Amino acid sequence: MPNTSPLDIDYVAHLARLDLSASEKAKLGIQLTDILGHFEQLEAINVDGVEPMAHAHAVQNVWREGDQAGATYSAEQVATMAPESRDGQVVVPKVVE
Amino acid sequence: MTQLSQSENMSSLFNQTITQLSAALIAGELSSLELTQAIIDRTQAVEARVKAFIEFDEADALQQAKASDARRAAGQSLGPLDGIPIGIKDTLAVKDQPLRCASKMLENYVSPYDASCVVKLREAGAVIWGRLNMDEFAMGSSTENSAYHSTANPWDLERIPGGSSGGSAAAVAAGEAIATLGSDTGGSIRQPAALCGVVGMKPTYGLISRYGLVAFASSLDQVGPFTRTVEDAAILLQAMIGKDPLDSTSIEAPVKPDYVAALKSKKGPWKLGVPREFFAAGIDPEVKANIEQAIQWYKSQGCEIVDVSLPHSNLAVPVYYIVATAEASSNLARFDGVRYSHRSQEANDAISLFSKSRGEGFGDEVKRRIILGTYVLSSGYYDAYYLRAQKIRRLILADFEAAFTQVDAILTPTSPTPAFKRGERSQDPLAMYLSDVYTISVNLAGLPAISVPSGFTQSGLPIGLQVIGKAFGEEDMFAVAHAFEQAHDYQQQTPQL
Repeated sequence: MPNTSPLDIDYVAHLARLDLSASEKAKLGIQLTDILGHFEQLEAINVDGVEPMAHAHAVQNVWREGDQAGATYSAEQVATMAPESRDGQVVVPKVVE
Repeated sequence: MTQLSQSENMSSLFNQTITQLSAALIAGELSSLELTQAIIDRTQAVEARVKAFIEFDEADALQQAKASDARRAAGQSLGPLDGIPIGIKDTLAVKDQPLRCASKMLENYVSPYDASCVVKLREAGAVIWGRLNMDEFAMGSSTENSAYHSTANPWDLERIPGGSSGGSAAAVAAGEAIATLGSDTGGSIRQPAALCGVVGMKPTYGLISRYGLVAFASSLDQVGPFTRTVEDAAILLQAMIGKDPLDSTSIEAPVKPDYVAALKSKKGPWKLGVPREFFAAGIDPEVKANIEQAIQWYKSQGCEIVDVSLPHSNLAVPVYYIVATAEASSNLARFDGVRYSHRSQEANDAISLFSKSRGEGFGDEVKRRIILGTYVLSSGYYDAYYLRAQKIRRLILADFEAAFTQVDAILTPTSPTPAFKRGERSQDPLAMYLSDVYTISVNLAGLPAISVPSGFTQSGLPIGLQVIGKAFGEEDMFAVAHAFEQAHDYQQQTPQL
């Protein structure tokens, strides 16, 4: 388990698209090192041949019964939930130059 | 028999159970309007001290109450929940009400729809009441992580009510609702129930639809009730279960249950497992003595007490904080400043829009968990952390399955300590995480569990007993808990407010 290299907060925060102040990074760095240290005890467990468990009671092939058109929200309704909207559209900063 | 004065009778309405109140409503001794007004009056009397709610709408509640009375007058009552005020945790969608999850990220968001469990409560005629305080995005064990305010434990206002459903627990304890809904991912219903001296339960994973429950950790989250009695919890669970086409993880119980009937028909004696690992280090001596006394009570009733072992249970906290944070980092990615959440005014391109909005909108604990979750899923670390944790999760489930070949239910303390003081653990995340040591493995295994009041410490703080059932074994779980409750009077006791 790669526990010797400290968590690269800048890299992980970038992956998570999460702005952190310098003091937040410093504090988090210490707390997360502590927490990751607590995780080290998992390394010793023998998990050979054990299937990972993602769902408490595995259900498979849960299909929708056909695709039926029905009542839904209008574009206007959904757009007005956004912080900025105009003409039933969500306004965002320019993405493409 | 002395007649209670009108005002005395009214003032104790908020301490009554769904069972008592629905009987009074049916008999015409009480209207939903009177009951709802009593709840509103009580809330206004104590809320400045308890702060269980983020907000509430009296006019809306009274309107629902009037509609309930009109239905009843027309002979169209919808059942035992018709006209009963039920408080709702701020993480559950209620149409046209704020859905903030106690976060600044959703400060201005109003839900356009009802969660499926809320739809079911409306179909049962319940009065949907208020937005109850919680730890932000359900991350916490004390309700101190709310971006709005913290909630007090009604038994000691200097102490926390537990979390993340602290407002839901406190509201029932304080009489600000007859029952409430919460959510439980690692113990967020059961732990506050124990700390506030009320009943709280988490169903088998999949029994109650998660549609409309803001997702924290999708493989762990479940909705559940807080009530004064086990029977009330059974009534609420019955009303909310069912496979939902809007939640593909929801499951129909293999055998159609009748939880209230089970309380009457299942009288024991039972084979009850006591896991030795749950009584080792870290448990408060008063809690330990109390739970041992409860176990002795079951023994005195002819139950066989079986020493069981859950050898991987000491790994539950680290496994949980890998799995749950990983799932949370994925689920909270939708809060990006674009469509419905807080948007930073400081950003001028897409990436900084996301980063700054999220940096401004989320509190410390949420950020901590997003970072941790992102890390354990990231390239180079996924196998070592997340995949390994998911394998150990299966070992944790296997421990329970082995134990359940020998016993009908498992007894444990719900929380290792009674309610701690405000600020006592808020600077030490790991200490806070260890509050959930007895509840967390139950979520990992997808099992049902209930916390019932089992007494008080010397200083008057509530203690809770946890009963863990087999998957879809709520009937036995309820019956075991009900038997204990009925033989003691803890649910009769209320905090001095």
